[in-house]
Amino acid sequence: MGSQGGFYQSKEFLDLVKSIGEARSKAEEDRIVLNEIETLKRRISEPDIPKRKMKEYIIRLVYVEMLGHDASFGYIHAVKMTHDDSLLVKRTGYLAVTLFLNEDHDLIILIVNTIQKDLKSDNFLVVCAALNAVSKLINEETIPAVLPQVVELLAHPKEAVRKKAIMALHRFYQKSPSSVSHLVSNFRKRLCDNDPGVMGATLCPLFDLITRDVNSYKDLVISFVSILKQVVERRVPKAYDYHQMPAPFIQIKLLKILALLGSGDKQSSAKMYTVVGDIFRKCDSSSNIGNAILYECICCVSSIYPNPKLLESAADVISRFLKSDSHNLKYMGVDALGRLIKISPEIAEQHQLAVIDCLEDPDDTLKRKTFELLYKMTKSTNVEVIVDRMIDYMISINDNHYKTEIASRCVELAEQFAPSNRWFIQTMNKVFEHAGDLVNIKVAHNLMRLIAEGFGEDDDTADSQLRSSAVESYLCILGEPKLPSVFLQVICWVLGEYGTTDGKFSASYIIGKLCDVAEAYSNDETVKAYAVTALMKIHTFEIAAGRKVDMLPECQSLMEELLASHSTDLQQRAYELQAVIGLDAHAVACIMPSDASCEDIEVDKGLSFLNGYIQESIEKGAQPYIPESERSGMLNISNFRSQDHHEASSHGLRFEAYELPKPIVQSKIPPASLASTELVPVPEKMYPRESYQTTVPSVSSDAGPSELKLRLDGVQMKWGRPTFSPATSTSNSTISQKTVNGITQVDGASTANSRTRETYDSRKPQVEISPEKKKLAASLFGGSSKTEKRAATGHKISKSSSHMVEKSHVPKSSMEVASEKTPPVQQPLDLLDLGEPTVTSTVPSVDPFKQLEGLVDTTQVASAVNHGLTAAAKSPDIMALYSETPADGDLLSGVLNPSMTNMPGGTTTRQSMPRSKGPNPKDSLEKDALVRQMGVTPASQNPNLFKDLLG
Amino acid sequence: MGIRFILMVNKQGQTRLAQYYEWLTLEERRALEGEIVRKCLARNEQQCSFVEHRNYKIVYRRYASLFFLVGVDNDENELAILEFIHLLVETMDRHFGNVCELDIMFHLEKAHFMLEEMVMNGSIVETSKANILTPIQLMDKSS
Repeated sequence: MGSQGGFYQSKEFLDLVKSIGEARSKAEEDRIVLNEIETLKRRISEPDIPKRKMKEYIIRLVYVEMLGHDASFGYIHAVKMTHDDSLLVKRTGYLAVTLFLNEDHDLIILIVNTIQKDLKSDNFLVVCAALNAVSKLINEETIPAVLPQVVELLAHPKEAVRKKAIMALHRFYQKSPSSVSHLVSNFRKRLCDNDPGVMGATLCPLFDLITRDVNSYKDLVISFVSILKQVVERRVPKAYDYHQMPAPFIQIKLLKILALLGSGDKQSSAKMYTVVGDIFRKCDSSSNIGNAILYECICCVSSIYPNPKLLESAADVISRFLKSDSHNLKYMGVDALGRLIKISPEIAEQHQLAVIDCLEDPDDTLKRKTFELLYKMTKSTNVEVIVDRMIDYMISINDNHYKTEIASRCVELAEQFAPSNRWFIQTMNKVFEHAGDLVNIKVAHNLMRLIAEGFGEDDDTADSQLRSSAVESYLCILGEPKLPSVFLQVICWVLGEYGTTDGKFSASYIIGKLCDVAEAYSNDETVKAYAVTALMKIHTFEIAAGRKVDMLPECQSLMEELLASHSTDLQQRAYELQAVIGLDAHAVACIMPSDASCEDIEVDKGLSFLNGYIQESIEKGAQPYIPESERSGMLNISNFRSQDHHEASSHGLRFEAYELPKPIVQSKIPPASLASTELVPVPEKMYPRESYQTTVPSVSSDAGPSELKLRLDGVQMKWGRPTFSPATSTSNSTISQKTVNGITQVDGASTANSRTRETYDSRKPQVEISPEKKKLAASLFGGSSKTEKRAATGHKISKSSSHMVEKSHVPKSSMEVASEKTPPVQQPLDLLDLGEPTVTSTVPSVDPFKQLEGLVDTTQVASAVNHGLTAAAKSPDIMALYSETPADGDLLSGVLNPSMTNMPGGTTTRQSMPRSKGPNPKDSLEKDALVRQMGVTPASQNPNLFKDLLG
Repeated sequence: MGIRFILMVNKQGQTRLAQYYEWLTLEERRALEGEIVRKCLARNEQQCSFVEHRNYKIVYRRYASLFFLVGVDNDENELAILEFIHLLVETMDRHFGNVCELDIMFHLEKAHFMLEEMVMNGSIVETSKANILTPIQLMDKSS
């Protein structure tokens, strides 16, 4: 009997499943599985295992891997099983192989042959099993082995095969687009397949293709729209209905595709408006699936060229989502709001209190989603509130992944919208203090650059104020224990560059602090390196200013330690510092100009300043330098063989002559500028960071950031200026939208606010909105109401007539919302999504077997009653299937000999259905009795195993 | 690619079915399952059925003692995935009749076959219960 066919399993298997099912702890489960591994290792390699038995072993292997243990000893047997003649055994073999192996496993090569053979099978189910394996196991290299056959199967008479062939091709495209680039037209062709299942599957590869290259598929807009229209008008078979929705998953996929195609394309978008509008009107908003479609519509509407009417519908749905009691709908609402505010920023305002509720909800998922929304609606007027909230949340969580994300968002917002330098510095300090080790090092470099460059406006006093406040706050923060390395690097750099600039702090004070840092974080070499360089800067600035500097004792001892450091980088820096201190003011000012980190560096690549020196040397008889490329025999210095070869073929003397110039040139650089590197004659390239300070006259001390500068220049830094404005392409419609949406607000923002609060209040009359919350709302959304006011008053007079129309519309829509609320929205969820309490009330209190006994030999009607909703929804399905299938062949010949009769697939189920399909209480009872017979009784240990999932 | 994995896990955190649409090693699967199951079990019924975890979102739904967890990409429609889970359960219910945890345990391969019909390459390809179950019924008959 249908589903119960599997009960030929051995006692051993049932016992295994039973014991796993009743295991109370992971440790107990592990013990069982380890035991099982031992048994299987012994049994599986015995000769002449009947294939039924082997299938069982393989499934036991699947259990072993599923529960987290290695079953590789049995992989080969799974591979062998794919050769079997029995369809069920073969498919189980394929299943096990796809679960066990990744596409690069060595055993795959043994399966490719079998797959090739099976793709040619007369039995379409064998072909389907092979295609399943193809889409999981074939890698880039093996694609050519099966590609021709897969392409052939695209025209197979069975729709199930066509569907899987399409998906196999989709897989090839994912793996290696070039391998199937010539076959892409097949996807277009299959879009017109007669079978809705094949058409629906084709949407998956088309979605990927369109994501990569929108423009090549604009011609399909009409087709997609017409398919969607047909689906919405219920012209697909009833079998695709889900909770009375026609083919919802196909609708959603189509809406996703339309969103891509209509993005920034007015012409294409215009073709979609009608059908999307239809969905908004028709869609059942009381079911989850209806809301899923509505959400997808909002995504689509906010992606395509804006249409005021659709935007209005979208806004209505969003407000319903946000007002719902279901957290899931609130979540979708917040997400949808985040999409829509890009086009019509004013809609955020009516939902301010709902948004704040979500922000303060204990549910982390909802909270994060709301932060995402706030991130999208940040502007200069509300940046402080938003970023402060984000930072508070960032400090409160432990999840490093999300901490990193929210930290970088804080940085981004602060850089774009900071209202003042002080606030900016303080914000950055907080971010670095609490998430310093998580943020990208680029953020630190960027901060240093910002402090050095100022805001791009030629306001020197503001710049120096920024620097002073940075220095001050850093000196303060240094008192804290355990700061992140990245933050310390920034602090050291800023203190070195600007610590003494404003004269508030003495050089010795700063030097003392820097020495403390180097000492406190003595195992962080990068921080130490930054500290030493900062020390050098402070010293040189002092010397350049004509003040006498005595090295502090702690600085002295630090230097002594570093001069002997194992790190050559630290050593070099220490030596450099030592050398620079001994120089006179003029030389020092040349090497280390004050506040010149942002000056352009002119690198004299020709080293022309050495010309005199070289001339002199040549006159004294030195060999002229020959560029490396012109040297023969020196190309492979490391390759001693070729060197030997050259030595043999040329004069021995030449070798030495060529060798010399290199060190000479390099050691000659310093005298032109300084003697310092002579102490450490190391090739420059080994020290990309900061080491060139001693050699290049015009110095920037942040090589890292200056490299990054190139990238960062593209990023707009909008300091203190309000920059939030809708995209220009949409501004037209935004204004018109405002006039429509803003009508009720023409009397000014206050009325708008009070109205939204009223509706909010009417929903929860007993809940009083705390003044704190109101304040928060005002600070978050206040900015938008101001701009709203301006825009709205502009249209006050001219639009007064439409004002009336719109007003009459408003109460209606709010009534709609109200009436939508009255029917039990939650009901379908409650019925099916049975939580624990309901289940426990039915199952343990009443013996499930007793319950079933009464049902033996009852009619189908009784079963329909028993299964309530599911059965009720099912019966029309079946009827529809009968009425829709055009012709029918004999079931068995149609299925087992598809070569003889190639009937459309829907027919095959006709005869088998009444017997094997649908929940049959008799079957269930038999099954349970059988289980009981096998010794698997609902023990007190785990009665849950027997609970109906659907209740 | 949409769906990254589908898991069925019971209240005790024991895996009952696992299907991955991207390759993870045994250790990675073990770690991932442990982390997300802990996360989901800690949530109450009023909270969202969605949880963010690393780069994916987990959409989960509970039926009696069994949790269905689907890991999806960030741009997936969560509500639709939630209903996809329900469709899967309804389909299993139609096949097994009053499906319970033990049905899935005894017929692990069948539950997998159903998923193979419904999802390929991480995309939902079939949602008609008849189309999903026909191959499985035919297979039962022929064997």
